[in-house]
Amino acid sequence: MIGQKRVAVEVPPTLRWLKENLFSTWYNTLLTLLCLWGLYAALGSLLTWIFAKADWSVIPANLKLLLVGTYPAEMLWRIWMALYLVVCFLGMSAGLWGSLLRDTVVVLSSAFLFLALLPFGVNERLLLSGLALLSWGMMGSGWLLRRSSLRRWGARILLGLWVLSPVLVVALIGGVPGNAWLAPVSTAQWGGLMLTFMLAIVGIFASFPLGILLALGRRSELPVVRWLSILYIEIIRGVPLVTLIFMASVMLPLFLPGDTRVDQAVRAMTAFTLFTAAYIAENVRGGLQNIPRGQYEAAQAVGLSSFLTTVFIVLPQALRAVIPANVGQFISLFKDTSLVFVAALLDLFNIGRSILANPNWLAHDSEMLLFIAFVYWIFTYFMSHLSQRLERTLGVGER
Amino acid sequence: MTRAARIPFWRDIRVLRISAQIAFVLLVVLLGNWLYSNLQTNLRATNISFSYDFLQQPASMGISEGLPFQPTDSYQYAFWVGVFNTLRVVFLGMVLATLLGLVIGVARLSSNWLVRTLSGIYIETLRNTPLVVQLVFWYTAVFLKLPRVDESLQFPGSIYLSQRGLVMPQPQPTESFALWGLTLLLGCVLAVGVYIARRIYLERVQRPGTPWLWGLSTFLFIATGSWFLLPQSPLTWEPPVMGIFNFEGGMQFTPEFTALLLGLVIYTAAFIAEIVRAGILAVSKGQKEAARALGLTNLQMMRLIVLPQALRVMIPPTTSQYLNLAKNSSLAVAIGYPDLFNVANTIINQSGRAIEVILMIMGSYLTISLLTSLFMNWYNRRVRLVER
Repeated sequence: MIGQKRVAVEVPPTLRWLKENLFSTWYNTLLTLLCLWGLYAALGSLLTWIFAKADWSVIPANLKLLLVGTYPAEMLWRIWMALYLVVCFLGMSAGLWGSLLRDTVVVLSSAFLFLALLPFGVNERLLLSGLALLSWGMMGSGWLLRRSSLRRWGARILLGLWVLSPVLVVALIGGVPGNAWLAPVSTAQWGGLMLTFMLAIVGIFASFPLGILLALGRRSELPVVRWLSILYIEIIRGVPLVTLIFMASVMLPLFLPGDTRVDQAVRAMTAFTLFTAAYIAENVRGGLQNIPRGQYEAAQAVGLSSFLTTVFIVLPQALRAVIPANVGQFISLFKDTSLVFVAALLDLFNIGRSILANPNWLAHDSEMLLFIAFVYWIFTYFMSHLSQRLERTLGVGER
Repeated sequence: MTRAARIPFWRDIRVLRISAQIAFVLLVVLLGNWLYSNLQTNLRATNISFSYDFLQQPASMGISEGLPFQPTDSYQYAFWVGVFNTLRVVFLGMVLATLLGLVIGVARLSSNWLVRTLSGIYIETLRNTPLVVQLVFWYTAVFLKLPRVDESLQFPGSIYLSQRGLVMPQPQPTESFALWGLTLLLGCVLAVGVYIARRIYLERVQRPGTPWLWGLSTFLFIATGSWFLLPQSPLTWEPPVMGIFNFEGGMQFTPEFTALLLGLVIYTAAFIAEIVRAGILAVSKGQKEAARALGLTNLQMMRLIVLPQALRVMIPPTTSQYLNLAKNSSLAVAIGYPDLFNVANTIINQSGRAIEVILMIMGSYLTISLLTSLFMNWYNRRVRLVER
């Protein structure tokens, strides 16, 4: 009847959500049903495999190898020490600067606590709980420092420590010649997840200066410098990383004076550095291009030379803008460390493969590979979330 | 007076620029020279000289797939077989990854919550694990765990999957194939004619329409019509037949090839999906609203307004994904597919000519990268927005 009010039927919100998101049209209904059927089939067999059929004993039995490779067992305290050192810096920074770092440390410390609940040895569990406690303690003291009058000096010292930290970590893990406590451990004995991290960290830090120089070179007004930079960047970006690692592992000794001996790990690090530098150069170039002309003109008007303009005006802004892109670069470098099999190095993935070649563990490919993939996934997923948040915090792309 | 006011040469910007460049070149040359002289001394010490003569020698190695290869064939031919294998997997990979990426990228924007979430999980899982791990997983944990060849999994349409890889029917041309090809050519010409005629007509009556649909249907009509009118159908599907030890006939793909292709496609598709999603989201809402205001249907809006603009945003990042795919194909070495890098690796082991062969590898990949980006740049210029 005309004029009659339609009675609004009260639909419960859950049902309404289901209707809107899963069954809005006939083809959406069809898609939903198809997906549900697929999910049921896939998840069902996956879960029964994970919990009933899979034999996960290969992981705990080889955990030490997977984490640190053939690193001497009596020296393991040095790796713990390096870990404590980094967590110490991280906690302090989190307390001092807060925001993103604080969330990172909270996630990290809960991860340590979770690991401490797993059935490792007593020592490991105590050390892991110690890490969690330390991160909270350092966060608290950082917070106290932030409120005290020493704040600016504390921040400077902490920044200096961060710059020193890669050197400290390498010295702790690799050793210092002639020191009884820190006897050198050759990189041939590095392995597992630790090697993966060391390769990625050394790669990203070592490639940074070269990358910045290349980016500046590519934007230089001097044609020779510009063309040589372009040549380098484009050649490196045009060939696969595997060939570069292979080249470094086979040919690096040929290009150095006859008596120099270079470890395989150092060769791989060289390849990662040369490779990543080209990509960082492109990221930094993006940052440089986004600096408004006014900045250059203002610097000129104040009377800065072009060198001073670059160092004090342009680079700080450009580098800040490309931090997220470089975190992305670090993530892909972290994944790419799995390519060191061409240099016969045993990182997380390749030590896993060599364990699988052991007759005792021959039939455990699926378990081992899934575990390795899962470890990579956790770290990269966490880091990519961090970089997304970083992008928002820094306000990149907004003005 | 004027002499004193002139800028001294050590502060003259022109002199400075030139001398800075000369210094830079000198530095580079010195570094290069140092490396080169080291190389010379080291090579002299090991009694190797740089030359490509070894390429003509017999390779005495086996290559299991691609072009037919005998151990007596030369190193040079072995290298070409590797190049061919790389191109095969890269080309197929690009096509398939684009298709899968499109589907997943669109699914990511679906109004259906389940579809959206599942494609999100797909993307996050595959992008965040290393490709080598995925490839080795597909190869050792999936393909090598398949049933033996005499117990192959059978799919409709005579497709078989086993430890020995994927086998499917192969189209075989019959005697009437040439005649059919001729009618296809005729159909093409006719279709273009119809398209142009329809376009001119539409132009004259000032009406919108779809002339390409007319052309396409003309072609399809002729193609299918002649297929059935010819006394013998021009193509037959030759199904694989189980022989004593293995399948005979049909198209056979080794597990290495299939695992590599699958791994590359699934991994690259995750990246392409994100590009597709970003591209579609980049088209401003005003454009869609304007299309609606003009009374375009959903399909017309997608085809005429959204996709052409999204494509423009999508092409440059997709190019770099194609380049990545081409470079990532070198990971075939991890699962033993004889691609360019893998074959070259064996050549180095056999002949001991590391430098020469590495130069060849790098040259080949640079050429592939360069050709891909040239083609994509040409395509990009074609669809680029021509601004005032």
